[in-house]
Amino acid sequence: MNLQAEIPLDYMIVLGTIVFFVGLMGVLIRRNLITMLMGIELMLNAVNINFVAFNHYLFPNRLEGHFFALIVMAIAAAEAAIAIALIINIYRQFNTVSVDDVDELKY
Amino acid sequence: MSYSYTLLILLLPVLMFLFIGLTGNKMKPEVSGILGTTGLFIITLLSYFTAFYYFGHRSGESFQTIEAYNFLWLQFTGTLIINIGILLDPLSVMMLVVITTVSLMVHIYSLGYMKGEKGFARYYAFLSLFTFSMLGLVLATNIFQMYIFWELVGVSSYLLIGFYYERPTAVAAAKKAFIVTRFADLGFLIGILLLSFYTNTFNFIALTDLNGLAIAQPTTAVFMGLSVTTWAMLLIFMGGAGKSAMFPLHIWLPDAMEGPTPVSALIHAATMVVAGVYLVARLFPVYSFTAPESLEIIAYIGSFTSLFAAVIACTQLDIKRVLAFSTLSQIGYMMVALGVSGYGAEGLGYMASLFHLFTHAFFKALLFLGAGSVIHAVHSNLMTDMGGLRKYMPITHITFLIACLTIAGIPPLSGFFSKDEILVAAFEHNKIIFAVQWIVAGITAFYMFRLYFNIFWNRTPEYHHAPHESPVTMTIPLIILAAASIFAGFVPFHDLVTSDGNPLHTEFHAFIAVPSIAIAVVGIILAAMLYYRKNSKPETIAKTLKGLYALAFHKFYIDEVYLFITHKVIFNFISRPVAWFDRHIVDGTMNLIGNATVSASGSIKKMQSGQVQWYIWYFTSGVLLLVFLILYLTY
Amino acid sequence: MTGPKIIFFILATAIVVFSILSIFSRRILRAAIYLLFVLVALAGLYYMMNFQFLAAVQLMLYAGGIVVLIIFSILLTSQIDSKLEAPKGSHILSGAITAMAGIGLAVTTLLNFKFNTSPEAAIGTDMRTIGRQLMDTGAHGYALPFEVISILLLAALVGSIYIARKSRT
Repeated sequence: MNLQAEIPLDYMIVLGTIVFFVGLMGVLIRRNLITMLMGIELMLNAVNINFVAFNHYLFPNRLEGHFFALIVMAIAAAEAAIAIALIINIYRQFNTVSVDDVDELKY
Repeated sequence: MSYSYTLLILLLPVLMFLFIGLTGNKMKPEVSGILGTTGLFIITLLSYFTAFYYFGHRSGESFQTIEAYNFLWLQFTGTLIINIGILLDPLSVMMLVVITTVSLMVHIYSLGYMKGEKGFARYYAFLSLFTFSMLGLVLATNIFQMYIFWELVGVSSYLLIGFYYERPTAVAAAKKAFIVTRFADLGFLIGILLLSFYTNTFNFIALTDLNGLAIAQPTTAVFMGLSVTTWAMLLIFMGGAGKSAMFPLHIWLPDAMEGPTPVSALIHAATMVVAGVYLVARLFPVYSFTAPESLEIIAYIGSFTSLFAAVIACTQLDIKRVLAFSTLSQIGYMMVALGVSGYGAEGLGYMASLFHLFTHAFFKALLFLGAGSVIHAVHSNLMTDMGGLRKYMPITHITFLIACLTIAGIPPLSGFFSKDEILVAAFEHNKIIFAVQWIVAGITAFYMFRLYFNIFWNRTPEYHHAPHESPVTMTIPLIILAAASIFAGFVPFHDLVTSDGNPLHTEFHAFIAVPSIAIAVVGIILAAMLYYRKNSKPETIAKTLKGLYALAFHKFYIDEVYLFITHKVIFNFISRPVAWFDRHIVDGTMNLIGNATVSASGSIKKMQSGQVQWYIWYFTSGVLLLVFLILYLTY
Repeated sequence: MTGPKIIFFILATAIVVFSILSIFSRRILRAAIYLLFVLVALAGLYYMMNFQFLAAVQLMLYAGGIVVLIIFSILLTSQIDSKLEAPKGSHILSGAITAMAGIGLAVTTLLNFKFNTSPEAAIGTDMRTIGRQLMDTGAHGYALPFEVISILLLAALVGSIYIARKSRT
């Protein structure tokens, strides 16, 4: 399957960019810690799209992008585990998961 | 024979000061007193030896001037060199004798007078410091060394006036003395710099050399109608006037009586206050040849001070203050004598001035120590608390009487000779000044005997406990000083201490001696009439001369004038604006910076809201902005 | 319009639409499910690019692990039927401006860049090749990152347990 001929690299890059900034917007506008976490996951996946696309289109003889995507996934898993542990702890402390109510650390 | 041992005269007191000052708390008070006295006794012996040897070995007619030591101390540039050394000439050797004698008497006297006082060791340490400074002052080889010791003398005077530092009046008096003399010393310093700038030397020998640069080729620079040399010499005299408490810088001396009485005797009667006279005498050739106008001014200031102080002395009730004003008056005499003097064969006034300095040191120290003895017995300074003490204190009484007769100028006591010489010198130079000094002689006799009769005769008040004669450590100095007062007049002074080192021919002038004795006797009789017994005549006179009496009693309101000038004029027109500038401009700038920082942080601290999403927003916006700038604006 | 292109556009549309739905949905559980759809579509995209292993990992780890974790935490902390409050206008505005600016900046920059494709022949992406390279210590070997990641995962495991457990008091 000769993908290069069918779909240009630019399509992949634009897709990755859109997903990344949608994820960023999610992080920015949602007040709920869990939905913020989902935004972060979206951003990580957008990065993965780029890695994989660059590997596939530009350096098909190597597997660097592929392994980098794998490592990003592992880190995303670790991050999700820690983040959820934190969210649960915050919920115990403040009885909420809204970031607006968690603003002890200010001036 | 060399004079190398004279270094000991300077070293011993400073070692004594350090030793007693550092270890005084560890030893018994008596030990420190005896130690200090012993040290001074050795110094006195050395000084006497120096004097006998020096005056005994003249080369031909005149005395040599010897620089026993002259160390290079500071070298700033090729010409600006400051030395420290020891200069021996008739003037300094004479001062050596005076200072060590009076200082030794005071040391011995203080053993009794200060007994049991808190800070006994401190007292002796300060006395040693003072003796060191004063000896360094008179032995100075150059004017800058003299200035250094001049300030040291001021410091030790400050320390000793404020000896009873728990008493606010003593602290105020010490401050006043220090500030007034310091103000005068500013003039002294400027004068030194001016003089040295034009003569390229600090050294006394070079300065007073008749063929030297200072005298043979005086600068022709003129400032405001007077030559620069005259200005320099006047400014130097200002320093001397401050130390010698000449009008109008005299205000510190009466207050300085807050110090212990022996200190008043040593510093504020016999030695330190005559430093001004010594200074003028030391630079006398410069004054005489290059700045005769300043000598005129010195004569008038001295004359006015002596009259002014004598009038005030007649009204004071505090016996130490009477003596303080009497000191002012007598130093005025010395200044007059210097002011009317010429050089060489005309130098009668110079000789008379130093002769009077010499005799005055003894009889004024005696008066102060006698007064101290009385105060010791009565525990009061006021003559209204005294009277009839001749029965209780015979030795003090007799010695005090001798001192009073001496200062009044009754022959053959020493005061007669020196005062007579001054009057002769004044008569030959300026008749008005002579007349003033002649009247002052009468007033002097009057107020001294007013003091004497009020203390030892008059009515006897109710004493809490009967006064008794002072201990032997106090009476022995009195007796020794009384003997010195009697016999000092017979020292052949005109052979020894003269302006050019050559013996001076003097003769007895009956037409001056007789009137001066007469007016002294009149003064004594007047005092006896008024104060011999308790009567109402003094009050009557005071009432008739109401305004004048009040004026003199309040010291002509000079202190108030000073207060007015400092508080109303200087504080309001100089200090306030300066303080305002400091408080508002200097501090204001600093406060502005501080406040700007605080308000800036106050306005931006809202950004630190604790809302994580705003932080993310700032961060991502910043990153985007940076990326944009780097990608599209740097190329 | 060829087959791969049609598949790509279907996947890309799904990814974009579900990701936007995921961040704007006011029911949190639905948001999680939309996220799951995005992740599955991404796995399809990987499969298209011949990375079968990566697609499998994406499905197992993201869809099977992380989304389940997120759903667990939602169930632990929220009411299922309650709707989240709508985001504030100012937040939406600022977030949208930033996102739009970012998209504009990134897309224009990337599209202006001329990428050079490699002329060399593609390497096989079967399990054997991936496994050998992952364990290789030589050039292009990933043994060290692999070990580092394993330590990181261990640390994350211990840390999350420590953070999430109930305090003793």
